[in-house]
Amino acid sequence: MAAGVTVLAIRDLEVRRGARHVVRGMSLDVARGELLAVMGASGAGKTSVLRAVAGLDPIAAGTVAVDGLHLSAGPLPRGEALRALHQRVGMVFQFHHLFEHLTAVHNVWLALVHVQRQPQPEAERKARELLQHLGVGARADAVPRELSGGEAQRVAIARALAVGPPLLLMDEPTASLDPARRGELAATLKQLASEGRTIVVATHDEEFARACAHRVLIMDEGRVAR
Amino acid sequence: MAHQWRSRIVSIVCVAVAACLAVNTAAQTPELRWGGDAEGGAPFVEADPSDPTRVVGFEVDIAQMLAEGLGRTPRFIQTGFTTIDASVARGDFDIGLSGIEDSFARRTRLAVTLPYYRFREILTVRAVDAPLYRTLADLRGRRVATLASTLAFDLLTAGEKEHGLVVVPYEDDVHPYTDLAVGRVDAVLLDQVLAERGVQRNPGLTNQPTSMGVGYYVGILAPENVALRNAIDAILKQAMRDGRLEAIFRRWKMWNDDQASLYARVTADESGSVPPTAGIAAQLSVWDATTRYFPSLLTAAVITLVLSVLSMALAILIGVLIASGRVYGPAPVRAVLTAWVELIRGTPLLLQLFVIYYGLATVVQLPAFLAALIGLGLNYGAYESEIYRSALEAVPAGQLDAARTLGFSDRQTLILIRGPQALRLALAPMTNDFVALLKDSSLVSLITVVELTKQTTIFASNIGSWFVPGLVCAALYLVLSLPVSHLARRLERTWRRA
Repeated sequence: MAAGVTVLAIRDLEVRRGARHVVRGMSLDVARGELLAVMGASGAGKTSVLRAVAGLDPIAAGTVAVDGLHLSAGPLPRGEALRALHQRVGMVFQFHHLFEHLTAVHNVWLALVHVQRQPQPEAERKARELLQHLGVGARADAVPRELSGGEAQRVAIARALAVGPPLLLMDEPTASLDPARRGELAATLKQLASEGRTIVVATHDEEFARACAHRVLIMDEGRVAR
Repeated sequence: MAHQWRSRIVSIVCVAVAACLAVNTAAQTPELRWGGDAEGGAPFVEADPSDPTRVVGFEVDIAQMLAEGLGRTPRFIQTGFTTIDASVARGDFDIGLSGIEDSFARRTRLAVTLPYYRFREILTVRAVDAPLYRTLADLRGRRVATLASTLAFDLLTAGEKEHGLVVVPYEDDVHPYTDLAVGRVDAVLLDQVLAERGVQRNPGLTNQPTSMGVGYYVGILAPENVALRNAIDAILKQAMRDGRLEAIFRRWKMWNDDQASLYARVTADESGSVPPTAGIAAQLSVWDATTRYFPSLLTAAVITLVLSVLSMALAILIGVLIASGRVYGPAPVRAVLTAWVELIRGTPLLLQLFVIYYGLATVVQLPAFLAALIGLGLNYGAYESEIYRSALEAVPAGQLDAARTLGFSDRQTLILIRGPQALRLALAPMTNDFVALLKDSSLVSLITVVELTKQTTIFASNIGSWFVPGLVCAALYLVLSLPVSHLARRLERTWRRA
């Protein structure tokens, strides 16, 4: 782990869902190449932290800085601010949310072509390489409903990594995996971290967290418990 | 005292029995059920302005006279003008009386009464055009309106080939004159009764003196009702002799010398034969008629197809815009669009077509085809928008989050991710709507577009039967709609496999 440079800095973060505080006064630093596991019971606020950092839910108070880009309370980022944020943050969802009408490789190159304006042949070549690297190269031309849970998750990871963000957020990545696939995922994440990627994983799965994370954070009722 | 009570009870019972007998006798008086179209208006049949539950008109008076002669009570049955023949044939009423023209087809398929009114077909034009348009030959390349399935329509159809005029058939006898007044057509050819009413109601119009043809009004009965028809003929002849028919037509200011000569001929002819009607096409066999009408049915089918395809394209465009506004727009835009969709869905398509074509005529005179296209496009656009809105909302929100985390703008998300998936969900209901639109396009005949159903109606009226025209029309609609359904099913299968 290449410690030292902070990629994610959260200060006094508050997130609300309606009148309810789901994250209250959270502060956190994550360094480049660090793999942090955020644990806690359901409703502890793990997913809400990830969604606020990814610009999906508004910040009620406090600040978030991702690789030098600052987010603060107010409306969700749009336009250029949104693009700038997502060059820095990628997210993999619990249920993957692959685009169901596109093949695996098309899911991966879509943002390269339409957001990063790369030529399609080059984007597709990169997408295939990335899928190969994550062990699902043979499934590049399958549509999402033809993929197993583990394959879909790897395609989702490839999609998030394709645009080259320094920070990768993962929400409950082991929820749909059997023990063997969990082991493979832990190895993949460790490898990504060793390549300099910063990863924050929200999970209930203590065994998985202990197996792959450099650091484990416990949340309870919207706060960092330890 | 007891005796007094008994007498009272006996009296009450007697009165009650007498009343019941009287009611029964009245109920048992046979009716003469006569059918007509009150939409035709005065002087034929119209709702009485002072009591809209009653009808008035010369046909009402003739029905009353016939019922009296038969010892029956007349009862009016409202029927659309174009379906009077079919209704009387199937026994919905005993006789049809509604300015019905004598024709060969009617004589061969129905029991037709003696003619009781002779009319001339005359041209109505704008007063300023009176020196220019005196005959059909003067109207080369001009639009001439008339009522479909009439002698005038036959005369104009012949004139279309001979003089190169353009026939514009209407479903009613009011709008030809209002459209002539606003300049949508250049002349109207109809019988003099309608022409005189049209000129009275529309200042600036004038009737040309030359007669383009002669026809007769008759009553029509089901073919098996020959005995009743003969009894009615006898009453008509008697009324011609004793002046009752003359009195009726004088009361409605329709009497002229033509009627006197008609009555003289009819009453002199003991055989009861009907005077020949000029301009009536000879009766064709069903096969010959089908062969003759088939090219015009094909042309009408092409019009139906082109109109439906263009209207659907417009409906899709409108539907996409409304759905996008309702899904992505701010609250005031969403409220306005919701109100628009409810307004369009909550009012009849026919009313919308009338408003666009006739209602706006004083502001903008849209050509009939364009008005039809806009009307169908707007109407179906509202329905399409609901399909697209629900299809857009059916795409999982998680995919929209995923798109956002990849940096896609809302527009890119709609075009690249949400729209294509929504289109797959919308395909089946869209196909349904297109097939429905193909059939609903028949409504545009009411604003003078001659599409497949309208051409079939003309065909059916001219041969006096719906059987073969109905089968040919149904076959053509299927030929138009089945490939669309087939294509949609193939697309769905391809997308499912992809």
